[in-house]
Amino acid sequence: MADFETPALREYPDEIPPLRPGATAHVRPFPAAPAHQEPLGFPGELVEDWQARALEKMGDLLGKYRSLQVFLDACVRCGACTDKCHYFLGTQDPRNMPVARQDLMRSVYRRHFTLGGKIAPALVGARELDREMLDQWYTYFHQCSQCRRCSVFCPYGIDTAEISMAAREIMDHVGQGQKYCNEIIAKVHKIGNNLGLPGPALEDTLEGLEEEVKEDTGVDVRFPLDVEGAEVLLVTPSADFFAEPHVEGLIGYAKVFHQAGISWTLSTYASEAANFGMFIGSYENMRRIALRIRKAAQDLGVKRIVFGECGHAWRVAYSFLNTLAGPWDFLDKRYPVPQHMCEVTYDLIRRGALNLDPSANDHMTVTFHDSCNVARASRMGDMPGGQFHIPREVIKASVNKFVEMDPATTMERTFCCGGGGGLLTDDLMEIRVKGALPRMQALKEVVEREGVTHMAAICAICKSQFTKVLPYYDLPMDMIVSVHQLVSNAIQLGTKE
Amino acid sequence: MGAVDLLFVILSYAATLLFLGGLAWRIYRYARVPAPLKIPTMPAPTSRAGVVARMAREVVLFESLFKGQKWTWLFGWVFHAALALVLARHLRYFTEPVWGWVVLIQPFGKYAGLAMLAGLAGLWIRRLAVERVRYITGPSDHLILALLVAIGLTGAATRFAARTDIVAFKAFVLGLLRLDPQPIPHDPLVMAHLLLVLVLMAVFPFSKLLHAPGVFFSPTRNQVDDARERRHLAPWAAALEQSR
Repeated sequence: MADFETPALREYPDEIPPLRPGATAHVRPFPAAPAHQEPLGFPGELVEDWQARALEKMGDLLGKYRSLQVFLDACVRCGACTDKCHYFLGTQDPRNMPVARQDLMRSVYRRHFTLGGKIAPALVGARELDREMLDQWYTYFHQCSQCRRCSVFCPYGIDTAEISMAAREIMDHVGQGQKYCNEIIAKVHKIGNNLGLPGPALEDTLEGLEEEVKEDTGVDVRFPLDVEGAEVLLVTPSADFFAEPHVEGLIGYAKVFHQAGISWTLSTYASEAANFGMFIGSYENMRRIALRIRKAAQDLGVKRIVFGECGHAWRVAYSFLNTLAGPWDFLDKRYPVPQHMCEVTYDLIRRGALNLDPSANDHMTVTFHDSCNVARASRMGDMPGGQFHIPREVIKASVNKFVEMDPATTMERTFCCGGGGGLLTDDLMEIRVKGALPRMQALKEVVEREGVTHMAAICAICKSQFTKVLPYYDLPMDMIVSVHQLVSNAIQLGTKE
Repeated sequence: MGAVDLLFVILSYAATLLFLGGLAWRIYRYARVPAPLKIPTMPAPTSRAGVVARMAREVVLFESLFKGQKWTWLFGWVFHAALALVLARHLRYFTEPVWGWVVLIQPFGKYAGLAMLAGLAGLWIRRLAVERVRYITGPSDHLILALLVAIGLTGAATRFAARTDIVAFKAFVLGLLRLDPQPIPHDPLVMAHLLLVLVLMAVFPFSKLLHAPGVFFSPTRNQVDDARERRHLAPWAAALEQSR
């Protein structure tokens, strides 16, 4: 384990901890090397005239994003957000209070783009973008998982995610990128998925899964790849191909399609649902990645696009895909584009097309972790709040013992797992563990009070993050499960099809 | 018309110009910069009417702040609601004859001034007493509070301490409106009150007071949740489509 102390779980319900200035000032991710920067169209290293170019980029973004322009002006420092960020609650570093994080950019904005900041900088907290400030940007804009929890409570809806995205975009443009995100984006551009998993390896993996399911159930459940004319193109996070518990979810999707008799396929060209272009605020990179899905759908001649369990991927899919890569007029108009796997399963359950036996999961008492990007940045179904309702209905159809965590930590108020927004890397382990504190507290409470044994999630990042951080809080790493893992356990193959 | 009267006339026009011009310049900017992606904070309304209702709850009831911080909500809401009443009450200086509903609210507006001061006091105490809020507070935050409190105190004093010749003051205001300047009553309280208000108007478009127009343009609050049904293409993003 790394060289830092896991925060102690506090009494529940939690109190707001006192400030510890500079508590995580030393936590910053590995910088991107030229090999990670250049494929994305960014300079390889910090450019000579970085200050001027950063300000120029900031001016450019202020003219492109109304969110940034309005959010930098509108904050009154009322303090409503100050105790809402999981990274603040876990680290007590005041720079992790959303308003203080935003102020790192706002102070530069004031200095260079407002009259008050030019006339009386000290009065309005205006500051130069100097080396020290750039270092603070790099540190604290990589301690934000863009989970949007602060925006729920802000009277003006100020969303720190928009500001941290802009900050990362500016830093990328002067050559100060983050290794983890940029290296991964380059892999998607080149190979088609975050892991750099080439087609033949993917084919092998899927064949292995077919054998595994056959062994377990005696049924020939297919995991098709690049099948032209399939009804559904499934786009899923590449972690689903082998990471635990992700792969159990993929097996669940396959069994659902199998029992419902829906023909489906994965694509080697678009073998990734994740879109890290969002994390770095790069519209161009996000668009390039999204267009791979369009091309795969056209080349394979599918009628529907379905996304597997992944939080930010679902945000990009639900909220941005139509804009980035639409219009989708060549697909079947009877279905929304794209659909979430939970929507598909939920519809099938309602139509009685699946035979689920929840007693298959009687060894579990399950709670559900709402993933931040699904909860606050997307929807499922046709009613607001469907993103909360539908996964729960799928779980309840598959499990007898379901328990909710404290409502102050679920649905629109859910806490980020601590690893989202491009922070799911070992060089940020300290902030990941500390940022998980609020969720761990709420989880521990239902473990002790209700005997919860498992926590289900619908996000690849949540699953990886919890697998890693649960042990820090003396909870078993395998208590995190995929929602479709529960479906997979409950589904009675050979009884419907 | 003495030199002091002339000064107040000039300052009044200058502050009004700065206020209106500055505000128009900001609003034009907010309206012109595109919002290229759908980013409403979910769950969000799926229709325009739903968005209007959400915005109304936000602006009238401070819905999000209520979720966030009950004390800040209480002080903030009392201050703003009282301010609205006080502003409405002041319409009697701008209209001749005074509108019926403005006459009706006069007795309430009187006490609203005191409620406004109480709300401001609560907000200021929070700024000093709560460690997290103290950390994010800068000099300009204190100055704006001081300015508002001073406006409230001088205003209340003209009513509760040393009654002012409001007939003469109204003549001064109407004179400004009709471009026929009249002398201002040489009452130090009124002159101080007006001067402070003019300062507030002048700094409004250059300060955090921009939260007032800003909230209406906040994409997380004013967007309809219909991303799957409607493409939402900003002009600069549409330009990228050429290369597709």
